[in-house]
Amino acid sequence: MRIRTTGVVAAFAMALALAGCGTSDEPAETSTDAAGGKLVIWADDKRTEALKPFAEKFGAENGVTVEVQAVSKDLQTNFVTASQQGAGPDVVVGAHDWIGNMVQNGAIDPVQLTAEQKAGFNETAIAATSYNGQLYGVPYAMENLALIRNTELAPEAPKTIEDLVATGKKLKADGKVSEILCLQVGDKGDAYHIYPFYTSGGGYLFGTGADGGYDPSDLGVGKPESVEAFSKIAKLGEKGEGALKRSISDTNSISTFAGGKCAFLISGPWATADAKKAEISYDISNIPGFADGEAARPFIGAQAFYVASKGANKALAQEFVTNYTTSTEVAVALYNAEARPPALTAALDQVKGADPDLAKFQAAGAEGDPLPAIPEMAAIWDPFGKAEAAIVGGADVKGAVDAAAKTIADQIK
Amino acid sequence: MNAPLTGPGSAPQTPGRGPEGPQPTSRAARSDAPVTVTGLVVKVVLLGLAAAIAVWGAFPLIEAEAWGGLALLVATTAGLGYLYLTRRHIPMKYLVPGTLFLIAFQVLPVLITAATAFTNFSDGHRGTKDEAITAIQTASVVRVADSADYTLSVATKGDPGSDPLVFLITDPTTGTAYAGDSDGLSPLDPADVTVATGGKITAADGYTILNFGQAGARSQEVTDFVVPTEAGAIRAAGLTRAYEGRAVRAYDQACDCVRDAETGKVWTADEASGSFVADDGETLAQGWKVGVGLANFTRVLSDPNVSGPFLSTLIWNFAFAIGSTGGTFLLGMFCALALHHPRMRGTNLYRILLILPYAMPSFAMLLIWRDMFNTDFGLINNLFGLDVNWLGEPWSARLAVIMIQLWLGYPYMFLVATGALQSIPKELGEASAVDGANPWQRFRKITLPLLLISLSPLLISSFAFNFNNFNAIWLTTEGAPFPADNPTAGATDLLITYTYRLAFGGQGAQFGYAAAISIFIFALVATISAISFRRTRAQEEVWS
Repeated sequence: MRIRTTGVVAAFAMALALAGCGTSDEPAETSTDAAGGKLVIWADDKRTEALKPFAEKFGAENGVTVEVQAVSKDLQTNFVTASQQGAGPDVVVGAHDWIGNMVQNGAIDPVQLTAEQKAGFNETAIAATSYNGQLYGVPYAMENLALIRNTELAPEAPKTIEDLVATGKKLKADGKVSEILCLQVGDKGDAYHIYPFYTSGGGYLFGTGADGGYDPSDLGVGKPESVEAFSKIAKLGEKGEGALKRSISDTNSISTFAGGKCAFLISGPWATADAKKAEISYDISNIPGFADGEAARPFIGAQAFYVASKGANKALAQEFVTNYTTSTEVAVALYNAEARPPALTAALDQVKGADPDLAKFQAAGAEGDPLPAIPEMAAIWDPFGKAEAAIVGGADVKGAVDAAAKTIADQIK
Repeated sequence: MNAPLTGPGSAPQTPGRGPEGPQPTSRAARSDAPVTVTGLVVKVVLLGLAAAIAVWGAFPLIEAEAWGGLALLVATTAGLGYLYLTRRHIPMKYLVPGTLFLIAFQVLPVLITAATAFTNFSDGHRGTKDEAITAIQTASVVRVADSADYTLSVATKGDPGSDPLVFLITDPTTGTAYAGDSDGLSPLDPADVTVATGGKITAADGYTILNFGQAGARSQEVTDFVVPTEAGAIRAAGLTRAYEGRAVRAYDQACDCVRDAETGKVWTADEASGSFVADDGETLAQGWKVGVGLANFTRVLSDPNVSGPFLSTLIWNFAFAIGSTGGTFLLGMFCALALHHPRMRGTNLYRILLILPYAMPSFAMLLIWRDMFNTDFGLINNLFGLDVNWLGEPWSARLAVIMIQLWLGYPYMFLVATGALQSIPKELGEASAVDGANPWQRFRKITLPLLLISLSPLLISSFAFNFNNFNAIWLTTEGAPFPADNPTAGATDLLITYTYRLAFGGQGAQFGYAAAISIFIFALVATISAISFRRTRAQEEVWS
């Protein structure tokens, strides 16, 4: 009996093991069959939906399988880690400021566009996706901040920050709004949103190198110009005009504007959906600068397609990225999924008739700076934002800027 | 069907009459214990699952040629099979699953973390040296200044799957067709080729043109394939276009360095730092992973960014952990005592209401609490008509995060305290009341000590958890407010959030450094816990 039970158990166990064998074999076989023509694309949730029809079309036209997989969180980190382990996709879709980090990890390859193809794109978008003199991605959309104003409360676009503050203060005194300006700061600051004011005050982050890209050895934070710029920002802060406040943060700036509680909002194309939903009549104009300062330059961000270095099907990925995603159709479809200005000029021309906001956002970004894609930019965000928050809260300007500069310099080495 | 199976060798036993029958010795009882169908099925399924998982795990190991790992897998599976198919080694049968899970989910990650702490594993130093060299060379391929944009068809001279690749290209300006292989370009006779509009060669005598699927199957070959030319080489840009490009940087085995053909600059491999360094100190972005010995540990100890604010952060860290644990315990215990009172009515309703915060996802609640503490828009200031910048001032921010923890944590303490109270015999309280003890004395001398015996381990683990409660800080204040002159250490920063910022904030992810820091924190928490447990045991002896 004892032996028999043992035997029965062992036999069943073997059978189950074989079943495990069988199930794990099947996908392995199919994947070797399809490996010839399988392209895997990683994108975030929203873009996955927009890309699917085109990916399927590309697959059907060329007899290959294209799979678009949604990675909803930490796409860049997941991509770099998976790539390293050889489990990554062939193509990844993401923001252009990832390039520096992806290149230093050997995760993406340069792409070669013809001069003709390049000419079809917005110049800033091409500049943004270039790094160390090489083009690393095919941009499809751009985004930048602009001044969005409630036209019922403020019919005229302010020409300077001083104008804006004066109008805002008057509205606040009249009890029509509760805030002068909705520009998100938060308790740890927001370098991206304060950058236009910082540049208008004369500050810069990195100097320009020989190849036209950013030069990490020339750090602008801590220079006299940056202290000057932050002094001007301090005057708008909690101890000054009260236009900038730490209580206005990423969670409430857009909703406060949409609720009609402030007449001016500095935000990007993603904010207009809320304003439309709240039926606010709004207009978009350039971000004003200080009266005695330079023009305010927002960051220009680009979204792009990248070819993974360690993808299983690089040749097909190159084909897809360089010759297929450069088409107007794809750009328009991605615009329909999320309303950001297409980087392809022809696509922008096609959609801007139906959406007047696009041209205005693009005009607001005409003088903008590409968001630095160099890995050193990672060292800026946190200390720069905190210096901003401290200064807006009324701290000593020089001390805060110097502390940020020291922290950044320590990190960059 | 749960009837005991009887075999020819075992004596029939009547259930329920055990005590009256002759008692076999314990050893014989074990080997003769009835084999139930349920037991058998459970055994078969579990062992089968284990075997299936082993087989499933074996394939990747074979593929990666990890023979050591495979041997371990086979030995473990065989050991499991032997253990559960014999009737001996009863204690082992109970110990092995727990031990296996302990090794897989506790010991292994700790060992991996410890091993990582001795490397420079970080962004820019993730892979091997070969991978870094490949990345450097690929990234340096530039288009030759006057390169034409060739149209490309990938072809072979015979079988599309195995014969050597040939690039069939046409020059867009002249319309000439060429065949390119590793020997260079050779013009094709226009009579032999069919060229579609746009210049793509769709057929050529003596060549088989590969479709995307076939070419994709040889993707790596297509990418690596170069047709040498005078100025560089023809390379594929996708599967339909080609360009003339040149790798500007190349690795030279002889000097173990990377040389730039245009500027002549040389970056020599530095095995100590895992990167290519030029004489002027410039490093190439693409590095590789190397062992760095104790460098990460000495960095933790010598970095002024760590040592400077370390003490103040540590003190606040203790205050936060003690405040969170103690506060939730007191409040939870108070609620439990109140509801435990025999004259209390509607206790079930109260209990349900008290459990609610515990049932909500803390992730979302932390974010909501953060917004409730907002100066101008937050519920708390609006409700009480205050104008306190809660998260903007050091002491109010500290108070706020502890209050949030209190709200999130007291239902748990309430639950465990309720359970512990119910296990304390009523007679003890009644007896002391007869002896003339007042309620406070009864609580202080009887209930509390008995409660603490069962709750001490929970309090210690709650302390250890709160000591490293990353989410509680990161989702509410992210360590803010920060002093204006130091953006690295904030007033509410715990050691874990503060070091997270050091390791992952500035220069991308620095896994090696982060691992070294976590070993330090681990040592700290382990010491505190060990001391606390020893003290608890001493207390138990006093009270019991």
